[in-house]
Amino acid sequence: MSRESALVSADWVEEHKTDENVVLIEVDEDVSAYDAGHIAGAIKLDWRADLQDQVRRDFVNQEQFSALLSGRGVKNDDTVVLYGGNNNWFAAYAYWYFKLYGHGDVRLLDGGRKRWELDSRELTDDAVKRDATAYSAKEPDLNIRAFRDEVKDAIGVKNLVDVRSPDEYAGRLLAPAHLPQEQAQRAGHIPTAASIPWSKAANDDGTFRADDELKTLYADAGVDFGKDTIAYCRIGERSAHTWFVLHEILGQANVKNYDGSWTEWGSLVGVPVALGDEPGEA
Amino acid sequence: MCGAKKGGLDLKGVDIDKEAVIQGQVLRGDEPVGGAYVRLLDSSGEFTAEVPTSATGHFRFFAAPGSWTLRTLAPKADPVDHQVVAQYGEVAEVSVAV
Repeated sequence: MSRESALVSADWVEEHKTDENVVLIEVDEDVSAYDAGHIAGAIKLDWRADLQDQVRRDFVNQEQFSALLSGRGVKNDDTVVLYGGNNNWFAAYAYWYFKLYGHGDVRLLDGGRKRWELDSRELTDDAVKRDATAYSAKEPDLNIRAFRDEVKDAIGVKNLVDVRSPDEYAGRLLAPAHLPQEQAQRAGHIPTAASIPWSKAANDDGTFRADDELKTLYADAGVDFGKDTIAYCRIGERSAHTWFVLHEILGQANVKNYDGSWTEWGSLVGVPVALGDEPGEA
Repeated sequence: MCGAKKGGLDLKGVDIDKEAVIQGQVLRGDEPVGGAYVRLLDSSGEFTAEVPTSATGHFRFFAAPGSWTLRTLAPKADPVDHQVVAQYGEVAEVSVAV
């Protein structure tokens, strides 16, 4: 993967707006944002209602994902372009999800909704309807998804990258500062994890930094590019953003997103937790 | 001392003794700016959170007590920085002009 194959610009989206094989999909944390205005032709995925199992804490499964995309009119050979608010956090999460279920051509709109709005590009509240398809998701690719036992075994062995804010890493906050404080039972981070906030990978306008800046960022923070890497955050959406940077833009092999993330780890019995600004010992 | 000033966001349901709230409004002249982006940076300048403003230009953060910088990005305007101190028991109200 590379920046060229994984990212598209706003101009590219404008140039392809009549291309029937390009499907724009908006995914937001604030699921009402789409209804107030979206890029013309874009459909919406609700990260909570559409992409999560409604009983267990887990994804929708392969069959559910197939049914979801069939109903929304997405074909297996479509080019799917994802974008959203919050600097593309949830769009990156959905991107990772499409990759997990084996979709061939997925892109992220660089800068997402924010860059689009700051450029005063057009948004519409027109209803979008696509004809149903027969989408077929593949077996989930667990090469890009980490579970807790693997994370525990990775302490002191693989690169662990904590992409939350410094205050969440240190244990001074349990959740991003625009959300009420809630979730995990304990604050802190997984011992030996490097603190590399997702935001360091993005410019103020939400676009991704240049490749050489990104490589320097992770290398200077202690990521050994010769080792496997697991990224985590609070619920797996910001770490999907960092997974995208490492795996899709920089083309690193063996990068996984731990979507259980801190809400799972910080509530587990029998796992180590480090407090403060230092990574801590294995 | 504890309430939002007149015109601020409704604080119903927010326990300001337990949340260090920073909130305010983005204005261009007298007009509220909806769809601007307000970023919360910590005392080292590190990004902590970001919210888009509502149609009435309002925004709110649940921060930790301490010193913060609000960086506001709006269409057709240069970024604007504001220093703000958050604490329990008192809402930090900020008016941002772009």
